[in-house]
Amino acid sequence: MLQNILQEIGIENYIFLATALFCVGIFGVLYRRNAIVVFMSIEIMLNAVNLLLVAFSTYHQDAAGQVFVFFSMAVAAAEVAIGLAILVAIYRNLKSIDIDDLRNLKG
Amino acid sequence: MLTTIFYILSAITLATAFMTVLSRNPIHSAIYLVICFFSIAGHYAMFNAQFLAMVHLIVYSGAIMILMLFTIMMMNFNEQKIRKNNLIVVAAVIALCLVAYVLLATFLKAQPMIEQYVITGEDYQSIKVLGKVLLDDYLVPFEMAAVLLLTSMIGAVLLSKKDKKIKA
Repeated sequence: MLQNILQEIGIENYIFLATALFCVGIFGVLYRRNAIVVFMSIEIMLNAVNLLLVAFSTYHQDAAGQVFVFFSMAVAAAEVAIGLAILVAIYRNLKSIDIDDLRNLKG
Repeated sequence: MLTTIFYILSAITLATAFMTVLSRNPIHSAIYLVICFFSIAGHYAMFNAQFLAMVHLIVYSGAIMILMLFTIMMMNFNEQKIRKNNLIVVAAVIALCLVAYVLLATFLKAQPMIEQYVITGEDYQSIKVLGKVLLDDYLVPFEMAAVLLLTSMIGAVLLSKKDKKIKA
């Protein structure tokens, strides 16, 4: 049953789903001012791209796409660890992680 | 059958992603994000990508969400200042529409390139095959990922350490 998933659903539906998910992520990055929620939106965007990579990996019947998703997950894990550490450091100094308050570099 | 599952899963994915962005409380955002990640793992399972579904569950729903929840709980947001600039909302919506337009236009233009999908029947995504590909063809990137994770761990520890008082 799972062999013909793309015949039954169609790759274009996955393209539309990934596009919508990516746009939701972009909207979150632009709309929210809480830095942690901005982070979560970035995760949503990463996941949209991963989903599309897996879809095309199945489409081409090639394992390389899945290996790429694996690496992108590793990079995402590293990114989250560092980013949250930076957020904690910022919070310790400013007592806030509202991105509107992060204007020390503005001069 | 598969199509129904796909539509249900997609509805859950998109709805929870939207709720992640829109909900006021960051903890609610994190919980909606966990549901979103679970539904994406369901998509992977539908593709029969067992390895990725498991890794996705472990890494995203496990590690990353725990990290985020801990960070949220370390910072107590007691007062939620609501002074949203209307201009920001308008700009965000316009940017969302434009990006969606560009992406959809690109993909619809690419549509004629997609021919009929053929099943070769060969095994390309079981854990066995994936492990061989990962450790044969992609050995160096694999080791680099290990170094990257080690570096990021050291970096996170260094960054979140309290500054020592500089002795005069």
